[in-house]
Parts: sequence; structure tokens; C-alpha cells
Amino acid sequence: MNPLPDPMAPQAFRDPGVAAALARRIRRLAERTGPAALMEVCGTHTVALFRSGVRALLGDCVTLLSGPGCPVCVTPADIVDRAAAYAKTPGVTVATYGDMMRVPGSRGSLDQARAAGGQVRVVYSPSDALALAAKNPDMRVVFLGVGFETTAPAAAAAVLHARRDGLDNFMVLNAHKLIPPALHALAAMPGLKLDGLICPGHVSAIIGLGPYREVTGKHNLPCVVTGFEPLDLLQGILMLLEQKARGEAAVENQYARAVRPQGNPRARDILFQVFEPADAVWRGLGAVPGGGMAFREEFDAFDAAARIPLDIGPAPDPPGCRCAAVLVAAVKPPECPLFANRCAPDHPVGPCMVSSEGACAAHYKYGDLS
Amino acid sequence: MTRAEPAILLAHGGGGRLARDLLRGVVLKHFSNTTLDALGDAALLQAPTGRLAFTTDSFVVNPLFFPGGDIGKLAACGTINDLAVSGARPLALSCALIIEEGFPAHDLEVILESMKTVLESEGVAVVTGDTKVVERGAAHGLFINTAGIGAVQDPAPAGAHAVRPGDAVLVSGPIGDHGMAVLACREGLEFQGELRSDCAPLYAPARALLMAAPETRLIRDATRGGLAAILHEWCEDRDWGVELDEAAIPVRPETAALCGILGLDPLHAANEGTFAAVVPADQAQAALQALHSLPATHGAAIIGRIRADFPGRVVLDTRIRGRRIVDRPAGDPFPRIC
Repeated sequence: MNPLPDPMAPQAFRDPGVAAALARRIRRLAERTGPAALMEVCGTHTVALFRSGVRALLGDCVTLLSGPGCPVCVTPADIVDRAAAYAKTPGVTVATYGDMMRVPGSRGSLDQARAAGGQVRVVYSPSDALALAAKNPDMRVVFLGVGFETTAPAAAAAVLHARRDGLDNFMVLNAHKLIPPALHALAAMPGLKLDGLICPGHVSAIIGLGPYREVTGKHNLPCVVTGFEPLDLLQGILMLLEQKARGEAAVENQYARAVRPQGNPRARDILFQVFEPADAVWRGLGAVPGGGMAFREEFDAFDAAARIPLDIGPAPDPPGCRCAAVLVAAVKPPECPLFANRCAPDHPVGPCMVSSEGACAAHYKYGDLS
Repeated sequence: MTRAEPAILLAHGGGGRLARDLLRGVVLKHFSNTTLDALGDAALLQAPTGRLAFTTDSFVVNPLFFPGGDIGKLAACGTINDLAVSGARPLALSCALIIEEGFPAHDLEVILESMKTVLESEGVAVVTGDTKVVERGAAHGLFINTAGIGAVQDPAPAGAHAVRPGDAVLVSGPIGDHGMAVLACREGLEFQGELRSDCAPLYAPARALLMAAPETRLIRDATRGGLAAILHEWCEDRDWGVELDEAAIPVRPETAALCGILGLDPLHAANEGTFAAVVPADQAQAALQALHSLPATHGAAIIGRIRADFPGRVVLDTRIRGRRIVDRPAGDPFPRIC
């Protein structure tokens, strides 16, 4: 029997013949231009590059560096501590994406908080958390809002619905982040030599191409918005190498079937109706001006940090953990002294080993074929 | 006001009249046979000649009913399959029920009826059992434990020591259906489509495989942790590894789609009616033909081979002819699935 087709991953985007041809062109170009260092900003790309076999197919001719685009990984430990403290507060239930469950804070993970009797529910979307609040009027539901422009509009929409429906037991612990300010911070880092950015397909579907033009203009850095299927990845890499060969730095859109130049204005309207840009701490990058979001004043009633104040002490990163350096490609995951010995997916020390999109987890799970 | 649905009470586990009613009126009604009906402290069975296989498993799936099955079907198939893939013919099962106070009596009947359907189709009897009722909150509706004994037949799988580089790895059908069906059902995901658990007894397919490929090295039903978990168990600490061909691994479109959306790997998703096997290369085609001749395993496929050059590892050749490691599932991204 032939293997059954996979409709969500159309075979056209996984054609081995086309993949081989693209890989040949990439290798030939790299011979001319010299090896290229490209950064995939987004964690989904990190995983896709490994899982599809693109990394193995290309070998050494392109160095692929993982960037800071894993929302779980860049969330500082004090947010986890705060969420765990909410979970242990009587009458409060924390609703979270499953990815955050095992992320260590400075005093344990949400998983451990739940085992110790804390109230934690895994949800697939903010609207699930909202439904939980609607169903349980006596329960205060705190949705742990992590993520970039991709997921933040859904949290904002849930807040708007909560206000419309008068659900005052729904709140968001807001740790959302904005990608373009982080790219500026990254591009300005001394010592990081990049030939181009593989830009995140999902985030770009919301923000469009405009913000990358500023990055390219200011830092002379080629940007190609790229999809997630194997041929998308190969074509995105080829487009970056072609820019390098031409000596250009431009914004190009490989993922035009999903990303419009103007992005999704409606989602942005919803997002910025509820939140406004604010400075934020990114694990790895530190304080990023405009790199996060704060509740607008009129939505303070949904801001968990304001509604349920907690005294959370400082949350230092675990000793020895190099996640912060990994997130800005200053070290590669296997170069961290904890990698694969003290830190592994079964017993993670840092967030990059926990998240399904973390660079360390991807290197550990799919990486070393030697 | 409607009358309350009949429910299981703590007193049903108390050893008194209600307990007797539950046993005779519900349990024996479904499982009746001469050995069980004797209601002794132990079932007395005729000993077969040769080796015995003996296994036990507890079932705590949540939800209890899911597309393609329920906890009763799972409890019967799970133990039958553990015997079947060990090369044994299932002879008798035990069945212990741990019921939460207030559990709907009708649901219990439905669940026992599905167990009975499997048992009858496989010609296996429940010969001993137990029923306990626990306070509300102390169990999630119903837990079932089944143990089973079977007579090991000839040929039986030889074991991991017999595996040789070049041997073929095959699966008896599309992978990941049970894990993803239960996940979709439990989480109330709107995206359910035609997703159904593969939960099914595997005695006939396992026997057909062994008859067609008498030097079969290994068979395992790929339950928790999916195909990836058993392949890792097989090759751990061995001087051989497994190479899989992604394009050859059968995955139903709906299962692949849900895995894609949730970022899960079908190789990690549980199966309850699908096994993997290692057979000598020169018997692989015969094994495949034997499986294809049975309706339950017409989707069987050869998916890879044993390799000497990466001992202890499972490696996947991707569709675009790239290559990656197949990781051992860490933790459990899935809900309680069995």
C-alpha cells in the first residue's frame, strides 16, 4: 500500500527532486560567496529546519543560527514565578499554553506548582481560558499571556470579549513581546555577524513587511520572510544567498501565499486597542525598548499584575545556564556546559531545553548525527 | 423533575446485597462462563503444555468514551495484544473494576458490553475479577485493570538478540490514530473529522505475521510513546540502530493534520491496534502479504531497516532526502490515553 497523503503538508512543498535542485543551487552560490551565516529568528523555523532534514541536506555551506523567536524561551523566569504564585493563591486558576508548564522559574515550574496543589489548566487558546472563566464565576482565571504578534491578538480579543460580557474574573498575566524591536536590538549587538535573517512567517502574517524594511534600512541586513515547509525553507535560504551574491540588502517575501505586504491590519487593530508598546525584558537581550506590551489604562481591570499584586523577588537564571547567550546565537546549544548532561528534555535547566521550539531542545532531539 | 439516572453507590462495593446485585446483575451478565460463574476465590484452569505468557495492564484513559472505542474495548484489546505480540494465544483474562461513586450504571453496562464484544470475537473469557467502589473524587469515573495469560505458540518472536543489520522494520497499519483521537476528543477540539482510535485486537495479525515470517525477531504494539518509544527501547544499548523512511510510514491525513496543527509528531502518538515488527529482510515481503490479507492490517508497510552504523539510535530519512534523529518522547504531551 502506498503511504497515505498528508493534506496539511502538500507534497508539492516536499518534493525531493525540487529540494535537491534548490540545495545544489545553494551550495553553488555558497562556493562563490563563501559560507553564509543566517539566523532563523523563529523557533518554529528552528524545529522545521531540523525535522525536515534541511540542515542535514545543506551541510556546512550555510551556518544556521537560532534566534530569539521562541516565546517560551525569552520569557524571563520572574513571569514563571509569578504565574506559579498565582496558581497557589486560593480562588485563582492559571490557564496556560502547555509549552509553559515545564519551564523552570527560579522556584520551580507550573508543573511543580500543580503537583503541590496549585490550580493550573492547560488551554489551547485564550478563548478557552475565557470560557473557563465564564463557566466558573467564583474562580479568578489568570491567562498566562506569552507570545509575539502571532498569539497576542487572540489574547487581546479575549480581553475585549471579557469586557463585552462583563466577565470580571478573567485576567491576563501579560508577558507578550513585539518582534521588530528585538530584531533592532539583535542587529546592533557587537560580535554577531549575520548575512541575513530568515524572518518568521507567522509573525509576518500579522505585521506585514513594513517593520523589516526598517531593520534592513538601518542595519543593512537582508530579510526574507519564509514559510515552514521544506521547499519554503530552501527557497528562503537561496533568496538570502542571492542577495548576498548581488551585494544587496532588501526585504523579500518567500511566503506570499500566507503573508500579505500589509500584514493583517484587523488583528493589529485588536491588539493595539488593548495593549500599547512598552519596554520589556527579553531573556538573552535584556531590556528591549518597545519590545513588549502593556495594558492600556482603560483595560487595567484585566491586568492580573495590577489586580492581584504579588511580591515576587528577583529571579536569577539558573547557575551555569547559557540560554540567554543561546537566544542571541552568542553560543550554539552544544557549547553550553550543561547541554545534554545536566540539562536535557527530561530534566531541563533552562527554557530553551523545555520549549518544543527551543533551540537546545531541537539540537538535542534532532541534532547530532555524528 | 426527572428521576436520577441509576448510579453506582459506595454500598455497591460493600460486600452486601447491593454488591451481589452489581456482580450478578451487571458483571456476570456480560462475562458469564463456567469458570467465572463458580465465583471461587481463584479461577481454576487447565494448564496448557509449554510456556505461558502472563501480563497485566491498568487502564485510566480520559475520556472513557472516544471515537473508535471506550475504556472497556481498550482494556480487553490492550491485554490481548500484549499476549499476542509475545507470540502467545490468549487463554483467559482477569478484570478488576475500580468505580467512582456516582458513576452512571448505564455507562458501566456499555463499557462491559464493549469488553464482551472483543472477548467473544477473540474467543477469550474473563475468568476472575474484582469490583471496588471508591469515594467521589478518588477515581476518574472508572479504572480497569486486566491481566491475561496465554499459551506461547511456535513460532514466537526470537528476541532482540536475534536482530541483524539489514532486517526489515514494518508496521501493521497507519500510526498515531489512538493518541490523536483521544486528544481531540478530550480537549473538545472542533477539529475531529474522521479521526478514530485504531483500538483493535491484534492476535490474528500477529499470528499471520509469525506464520509468514517464522524468524521474526521482535513484535510490539506501539502504545504509549508511539512508534518512536518502542524503537528506542529495542535498540537501546544494542550494537545496531533503526533507519526509517519517512515517505514509507503510513499516517492518515487527519492524524497528520492534527499533529501538524499541535506541533506533535505522529511517531510519538499512541496506537492501540498497531504493532511494529522486525523481520529478516528475506521474509519481509511474505510478512507484508500476510498482513495485507487481513482487513485490520491492510495498511501495513515496510518502513525501515536495521543498521549497524548508528548503534542505539533511531534515524529518519526525510521526504526531501535529508536526515534527522528521531527523539525518544520526553514527558508526555498527550492526555491519559490508555
